[in-house]
Amino acid sequence: MPPRLRGHPLADLHFGDDQPTEAEQAAIDAIVPPADAATVVETERIVRGGRSRRHGLRHLLLPVLHSLQHEIGWISPGGLNGAAERLGVPPAEAYGVATFYELLRTTDPGHRDDVVHVCVDPACAMAGNNDLRTSLEAEGARVHDSPCLGQCERAPALFVQGVGRPDRVPDDDDEEFSLPQAGDPGLRVLRRLGEVDPTSLESYLDHGGYEALARAIEMGPDAVIAAISDAGLSGRGGAAFPTGIKWRAVADEPGPDKHVVANCDESEPGTFKDRIVCEHDPFAVIESMTIAGLATGSPHGWIYIRGEYPRATARLESAIAQARVAGLLGDDVAGSGQRFDIEVRRGAGAYICGEETALFNSIEGFRGEPRNKPPFPTTHGLFSQPTAINNPETLINVLDVLVDGPDAYRSVGTERSPGTRLFCLSGRVAVPGLYEVPFGTTLGELLDLAGGPTGSLASVLLGGAAGVFVGPDALDMPLSLEDTREAGATLGSGVVMVFDDTVDMEAVVVRIAEFFRDESCGQCVPCRVGTQRQHEVLVELQSSGQPLAPQRAELIDDMALAMVDASICGLGHTAASAVRSALSLGLIGNSQ
Amino acid sequence: MSSVITETAVTIRVDDQEVAVPDGATILDACDAAGVETPTICYGPTLTPVNVCRVCVVELDGSRALVPSCSRPAEEGMVVHTDSERVRHSRKMVLEFLATGVDVSQAVELSQWAEHYGADPDRYVPGGQTMDEPVRVQDNLYIRDYDKCVLCYRCVEACGDDAQHTYAISVAGRGFGARISTEFDVTLPDSACVYCGNCVAVCPTNALQFKTEFDLRQTDDWRPEDQTVTQTVCSYCGVGCNLELHVQDNQIVKCTSPDDHDVTSGNLCIKGRFGWNYV
Repeated sequence: MPPRLRGHPLADLHFGDDQPTEAEQAAIDAIVPPADAATVVETERIVRGGRSRRHGLRHLLLPVLHSLQHEIGWISPGGLNGAAERLGVPPAEAYGVATFYELLRTTDPGHRDDVVHVCVDPACAMAGNNDLRTSLEAEGARVHDSPCLGQCERAPALFVQGVGRPDRVPDDDDEEFSLPQAGDPGLRVLRRLGEVDPTSLESYLDHGGYEALARAIEMGPDAVIAAISDAGLSGRGGAAFPTGIKWRAVADEPGPDKHVVANCDESEPGTFKDRIVCEHDPFAVIESMTIAGLATGSPHGWIYIRGEYPRATARLESAIAQARVAGLLGDDVAGSGQRFDIEVRRGAGAYICGEETALFNSIEGFRGEPRNKPPFPTTHGLFSQPTAINNPETLINVLDVLVDGPDAYRSVGTERSPGTRLFCLSGRVAVPGLYEVPFGTTLGELLDLAGGPTGSLASVLLGGAAGVFVGPDALDMPLSLEDTREAGATLGSGVVMVFDDTVDMEAVVVRIAEFFRDESCGQCVPCRVGTQRQHEVLVELQSSGQPLAPQRAELIDDMALAMVDASICGLGHTAASAVRSALSLGLIGNSQ
Repeated sequence: MSSVITETAVTIRVDDQEVAVPDGATILDACDAAGVETPTICYGPTLTPVNVCRVCVVELDGSRALVPSCSRPAEEGMVVHTDSERVRHSRKMVLEFLATGVDVSQAVELSQWAEHYGADPDRYVPGGQTMDEPVRVQDNLYIRDYDKCVLCYRCVEACGDDAQHTYAISVAGRGFGARISTEFDVTLPDSACVYCGNCVAVCPTNALQFKTEFDLRQTDDWRPEDQTVTQTVCSYCGVGCNLELHVQDNQIVKCTSPDDHDVTSGNLCIKGRFGWNYV
């Protein structure tokens, strides 16, 4: 089937009477200058416009909306009209996009103050986010409850969304970066963190940077992909798909319009690894994307990063700029004769945009709704063109595979899960933070590495909100793809959130259900209604103080099965997973 | 079962039947060819499938999750089950879910399927969230009652890429709060709407209604059983759109066009759809 022609090919657009103010117009001009508008009247007789011009502008919709939000504090009817007209987007569709994202407002806040987002997810709840919120409110701050902000190792987390001033994370200012495992000779992908200056290409080169790219150019695309397959590298975003197969599929697609996307939109509660990697080793992400571009024959690179990660975004942008100057990005990458360059796109607060096809829609300027698969991204990805999309952790593993060779790479980990894995430890553990251990390390060993649980261990949330709870009896479970799968668990995005026996687990599970309800895109019925009803059942359970009634247990199972079987994407497939594991472990539902 | 196989046909197994369908056909087409009835909500014969309602799901051998039959192309050798335990369960749950939050009282087909699959919307937590939207009566042509909306996207598709290319409406918001909306929910007269009524024609739940129908229902005078349908050709221009005039008590109460009509595919313009007051 040919891809559907989208983007109002014949639209005769109608705009309301609201006009952008001068400030709004300036915010729009900053992203799309008047000369680049969808329709430009040059003279009475020469008007530039048309379908392909409009088509080529749509992907700038989210950046323009970001700009309005940032400069004005909300997206007003006039601002929306101005943006829609500049880009030739129907205003109703632009409104549909603007209302999709948590960080964009379409109602007048009545002030131009910065908005302080306070995380309400479990790691921050355990760390006293309520007290933080109360004290902020007492100071007169504009506080907004937020889902996980990706700073669980330093909970409770804050993110300040600036109006007219840059967004910022207060903890970024004063915190000297410390990796709990610094100096450990076992570190592989994290070995440069804290050693290399993340703002300097020179420092990266001094630490062995760009050796892998040189190696990749020498080897040629086929040998690079073969090495990755031989190393057994699998995706670290959650689905664990073999990276070599993915790259091979994209490389085999004809034509020059192909893409490499780094999915830095981690929003899984408990996950912060992309943030730390992008903040402290941004050149590694850039280098490995470049290798992916050359290996798959894709000239276009994209980084889609959470809107809540201002420092990581700035460092990636600076790294890209330095790499361009050094000829490591651009028309002739490192003398290879091949073109590859990278554009950075910021998300705007939507967990679902970490789903690969939702991410494509988001970049393209549509609502971040997942697409039905098949067709898969390797043939119909970004702009319906072949796309290799990878998590940054997956990408930086490529560097070691190429420099050390597949055999050395396989020398750690297990036979079926070679290499190391990053884990995000948070909650009731002595030293929360980012850890790298070989696949197959047991959960207990990992907790010991982090100083052990701080209280009496009750449970561990493995793999994030989309993962499962495991009890203290799982401490001997090796953390490999095969062992966790056998145990009915998942490594997911590497979340290890620790709970002791003082934590109110009902509140935790209700919050997880609320998270899925809030983050469902609303497209398919099983997930849109299922996540809502699941939350209602759990709230009822929480307020009743009674054990879970059998007919309610049956309802939860019935809803879960429908969400797993009939939802479009992984959000619906996993929305009941943590809830059901909490029930079966007896963490909730058996009150006196 | 013997089938005529052409060069471009693919053969798939639907339950216990082999059926041959043209290359590019969907599993739903194959189910139709096999005489297996399939519930659909968001699917429309004149619309590009958006596969969001998930009520047409079937079990496909080799696929972990169920697949939407309306949009999944049939491939040679596929084995499809349309009445397995898993299929019945998911279909029942979708219909049940919709009935818990949406007024489906005027969605005839949907209600019949809900009964067929034994959907029980009363087993949920009392007082759960519903659509909870006021009826939007903004002109004399059609009304929007989003309490009855199942978010099937059919109106959005008809207004946009699939027919009208007007793009007056979109889905706004997210999750359970998602709604069909104009920009900032401005009234239809202030929006890009051109009143072709093609959204009304494709709405499966009567969330979009002719104002005439809405008014008659308000006074309990809407009697489909007493209505006759007269086919004619629109008299306004030379295109030749077929009209179906629905008549009750010797008054036209609404106007449609057949989906399978060569010229219209069910679509009309404001004149054909609403311009019959002179009759």
